[in-house]
Amino acid sequence: MSDIHALSGAYAVDALDDTERTQFERHLVVCPECRAEVGSFRETSALLAEAQAQTPPPSLRDKVLADVSAVRPFPPQAPATEASPAHLAPVVPLRRRILTSLVAAAAVVLLALGAFTWHPWQHDHVSVADQIRQAPDAVSVTEPVPGGGKLTLIRSASLERAVLIGSGVPEPAAGTTYQMWLQQPGQDMVSAGLMPDPGEPTVLTGDAATAVAAAVSVEPEAGSAHPTTQPIAVFPLKAPSGGDDAA
Amino acid sequence: MSHLRPVPNDPPSEEGGSPAAHLAELLKRSSRGDEAAFAELYDATSARAFGLAVRVLRDRAQAEEVTQESYLDCWRHAARFDVAKGSAISWLLTIVHRKAVDRVRSAEASGRRDAAYGHREISVAHDVTAEAATASLEATRVRTALADLTTKQREAVELAFLAGYTHTEVAGLLDLPVGTAKTRIRDGLIRLRDALGVGEVAQA
Repeated sequence: MSDIHALSGAYAVDALDDTERTQFERHLVVCPECRAEVGSFRETSALLAEAQAQTPPPSLRDKVLADVSAVRPFPPQAPATEASPAHLAPVVPLRRRILTSLVAAAAVVLLALGAFTWHPWQHDHVSVADQIRQAPDAVSVTEPVPGGGKLTLIRSASLERAVLIGSGVPEPAAGTTYQMWLQQPGQDMVSAGLMPDPGEPTVLTGDAATAVAAAVSVEPEAGSAHPTTQPIAVFPLKAPSGGDDAA
Repeated sequence: MSHLRPVPNDPPSEEGGSPAAHLAELLKRSSRGDEAAFAELYDATSARAFGLAVRVLRDRAQAEEVTQESYLDCWRHAARFDVAKGSAISWLLTIVHRKAVDRVRSAEASGRRDAAYGHREISVAHDVTAEAATASLEATRVRTALADLTTKQREAVELAFLAGYTHTEVAGLLDLPVGTAKTRIRDGLIRLRDALGVGEVAQA
């Protein structure tokens, strides 16, 4: 019995900080009561939004529908991430409950290793990408893409990482992929990884704190050692002001 | 007149086939790439999604961006929606709210949060910007339920949900000990939930 149950309300309305959120999500895996409570709170807060309704401008509809026509929905994920079959917990004998929670606790350990976070509807959040986006020193640069849509690069110098997010960017043609590049001072572009799905935030590999530029190009599906096509987007990166030069 | 399938552009009606079930069906069809279904889903929900984003962000341009991102997310991940675990509108608004809150916090972290974002105004329940609210019976019900909370519960729920503060920040804003705000938020939500008759979410 712990105080953590009391966080259910704050969790349901996104009023936890990142650390608490992670802790509570771990708790949710083993606590069907809290899962049910969070679910009911979210239904409740959805009703609160009712009283805030405002008609968006018609242009937003056009943008949204243009976005969706450019990408296809993801296929359903394997149910491996379903944390617990006991969504509704009927009253069960105490012994079984203990056993269940032991099994569940073991599952938590396994899942934690896989950087798993529990969400009631499996709405996942890439934690590194989110960390970058939420970093106090996060800086974003958005570039339009010739084929439509735009790419936004968000960099946190303190985390030394950057994440790329596409909006309305068409899927790469069959047999090709988007590849990300970073350029360190006085050097050529080096690969920062592939971005096969421009709709998914993708974290660049490599030190984004020291890089002077990032770029994205279309490459053969397996990726290239160097850009072989004209980049579709180039993001100049400024040196962080007052950055700590870790020697 | 009988329909074999819902007519696009027809807003979900209150009578026959609950609006909630209709939205869930639209989301399911969206997960298979049905753009017409998604457009209908958008038409039925965008005022709530956008209004919520405006409320949290206090900036229409940013709210538009967040709403756009949220719908794209919703489209991409529609297959994850499970009607057994909650309603479609709640699923969508959870995405919108999370994105709006993330944005408000990162803006604040980089010192861009509007100084005029005072908590006194925010704690006013009857927001004048909610233009469409008067038209909705549901909104009236929500206001009545909100009015039924204690002032402290209402302030805590509104600062957390509508203004996007963490419970620790809420405690600071309301001069409460840190552990108290989360309890107020939870108590307030329980009371609202019961007043609004939100039943068990998970139905087998």
